[in-house]
Amino acid sequence: MYDAGKIIVGIVVFVALATSPLWFNAVTAETPEAPKLQLPTNGSTECVESTEYMRAQHMDLLNQWRETVVRTGQRDYVSTTSGKVYDMSLSRTCMNCHTSKTKFCDACHTYMAVSPYCWDCHVEPKEAN
Amino acid sequence: MLEKALTGSRTYWTWIFFLLVIIGAGAACWYWQFHTGLTITGLSRDVVWGFYIAQFTFLVGVAASAVMVVLPYYLHNYKAFGKMTILGEFLAIAAVIMCMLFIFVDMGMPIRIFNVFLHPTPHSMMFWDTVALGGYLVLNILISRVSLSSERRGEPPPKWIKPIIILSIPWAVSIHTVTAFLYAGLAARPFWLTAILAPRFLASAFAAGPALLILLALVVRRISNFDPGKEAINKLAEIVTYAMILNVFFVLMELFTALYSDIPEHVYHFQFLFLGLEGNTTLAPWMWLSVLLAVVSLVILINPVTRRTETTLVVGCIAVFGSLWIDKGLGMVIAGFVPNPLGEVVQYAPTAPELTISLAIYAIGLLIVTGLYKIALEVRGQMRTE
Amino acid sequence: MDGNRRDFLKLAGLTALGATGVTAVRATADNAPAADPHGEPSTDGVRLAMVIDLRKFVKDDRLAKKCIEACHVAHNVPDFGADPKNEVKWIWTEPFETAFHSQEFHFIREDLKEKPTLLLCNHCDNPPCTRVCPTEATWKRESDGIVMMDWHRCIGCRYCVVACPYGSRSFNWKDPRQAIDDPTTEYPTRMRGVVEKCTFCEERLARGQQPACVEACDNDELVFGDLNDPSSKVRQLLTERMAIRRKPGLGTQPEVYYIIDDPRTLQEVAPAAVVEVPEGGDDA
Repeated sequence: MYDAGKIIVGIVVFVALATSPLWFNAVTAETPEAPKLQLPTNGSTECVESTEYMRAQHMDLLNQWRETVVRTGQRDYVSTTSGKVYDMSLSRTCMNCHTSKTKFCDACHTYMAVSPYCWDCHVEPKEAN
Repeated sequence: MLEKALTGSRTYWTWIFFLLVIIGAGAACWYWQFHTGLTITGLSRDVVWGFYIAQFTFLVGVAASAVMVVLPYYLHNYKAFGKMTILGEFLAIAAVIMCMLFIFVDMGMPIRIFNVFLHPTPHSMMFWDTVALGGYLVLNILISRVSLSSERRGEPPPKWIKPIIILSIPWAVSIHTVTAFLYAGLAARPFWLTAILAPRFLASAFAAGPALLILLALVVRRISNFDPGKEAINKLAEIVTYAMILNVFFVLMELFTALYSDIPEHVYHFQFLFLGLEGNTTLAPWMWLSVLLAVVSLVILINPVTRRTETTLVVGCIAVFGSLWIDKGLGMVIAGFVPNPLGEVVQYAPTAPELTISLAIYAIGLLIVTGLYKIALEVRGQMRTE
Repeated sequence: MDGNRRDFLKLAGLTALGATGVTAVRATADNAPAADPHGEPSTDGVRLAMVIDLRKFVKDDRLAKKCIEACHVAHNVPDFGADPKNEVKWIWTEPFETAFHSQEFHFIREDLKEKPTLLLCNHCDNPPCTRVCPTEATWKRESDGIVMMDWHRCIGCRYCVVACPYGSRSFNWKDPRQAIDDPTTEYPTRMRGVVEKCTFCEERLARGQQPACVEACDNDELVFGDLNDPSSKVRQLLTERMAIRRKPGLGTQPEVYYIIDDPRTLQEVAPAAVVEVPEGGDDA
């Protein structure tokens, strides 16, 4: 190929930059702490679904909830784990138990560097400080 | 062929740089608008569409006007337009992209733009406008690319492009008709609720667009070895003339219906435009300027001597373009909102950031036209060697 | 570019186009049916309507303000003060002659002319706003006739605001949170860039409550219910009272009615003209 020297050097530099987060973390021997979640303080031990399910699927669940509530007007959710009926609402159901956005929701989201925009609209309970 | 836009003279790059500076300023303003909201514009609860949408409406017309060169050449073998069609198609591409940009900057949630495609809504004219404009862009890109690359190879274009070119003719008419349908089917806005809105849009498009094309062709002729030919210019000028006559006639028809019937909710909007309502006279001077320019343009264009003389033709084309830009790009949209549904007179004037963003979009359009015309000229070997 | 690279790019482009095309086709299949365009009152299911008894509103707009406050607090509607540019309102008052400005009341008594008239979304039976929305972010619910808003989907094009003949819709020109004192967790706020309006308190109706503005009244100044139920209060009121709607000639079939007169007051002046009125009718 033409300019083989420049191109190969360029590819190497690019790959190095693109993979920099990986080898940078490997080299600086800090193991980041797993996020610490503050569990509900109102005595509630049962969530809408199981912890494993929620960990993996709460985003999909909330998406399903918002489509259902807004577009069909249905608000009753039957838990597949317990069969209990819940009101499909982030602020009124989820955050009724998980009252601290900073100590629960944000803990993982910040760790994962995601910023869901739910709370641009949905009002979180006031933090008890 | 795109690489031909990346080489050029000092003048070329100075012009590009100038456009990029304007675009940069507009981008900065848009960034501010994206984070703060459309409150930085002059829009309000009553005047929810203003300068951005008005520019969109005007530019759809310019985009549609490519059909005025395509139709005679491809459908009726009018050879004189042979060298002009590519300029018309490239202008259409730039115009459609500007339209899309004006819509984008006007949206409250631009990151959700794909919702229009994820949730297609056939009963909404805005959905069809998106389809029509998108399709027209694809058509023009395809047609111009195929014809120019065939020209570059010195071959006739492939046969299959012909039906696509023919398709672009009714499609061009449809993009401006569906844009008129955005306005003309609204019970809430009596100013726009007129059957003549779509014909008026088309007539003003077929006057303003070709007028701009004439001006662009003459500019290109000045800076290169390209010459559209006297016959092409004259024929285009005749098209502009008839289209302008028709447009003025349609405006007079609207005035008659509104003023003779004397129905208040029809009269008020014209009153606001030309005389002002309850002290709001913002648009009145502009509208009378538009009238003056229209008269000047018709005087120049109807008289064959002044129409065929290039210096006066240029004045006439500028007058046509200016008059119709004021009519569509300032008057038409804003007047639909004044008075508001409660009969109240409300104010609107675009703010400086709003105008900066708009100017930047026009600069993007000019950038696209510059780049594409450069490619065409290079392909034809008509760049002036300095 | 040599031929191979060009062919590859063409193929890649067509594949991308095909992939998006499939998505679009699939999305079309999920589209909810369009609203009934003919404006005939649907006799199936529920048709929610509101009756505003204007006779019970006097020049002092304390009651009207109470209704507005109830609504705007319950729904976190931002208060930008007297700023008409950024104003967001779901329910508000206008003087009677402005609310019905195409009727020209040249000689009407001053206090009647100025009477505070509550205006809100009319939840039309043939709504022009839902017809124009390019994403069905606003639509008419078949189940009860409410013209609903989906703030997750709205792209903020404001076409619905343009199409509404009543000026019922507001756009969030900036972040509303800066103008809400103490947002309630019971209901979300909206964000800058979407259109909002009254939703007939569909979230309260789902919990068996009356709309907030209706609950703020204490003497049936606002009455709310199902027009398709012959025994509902709204239906009975509309049978017995003279009620008008805003801009009826446009064919939008608005479902907010304004009582302006009561045939029973004719009893004194022209008894023969009055149709037999049932006993026990409520009134101020």
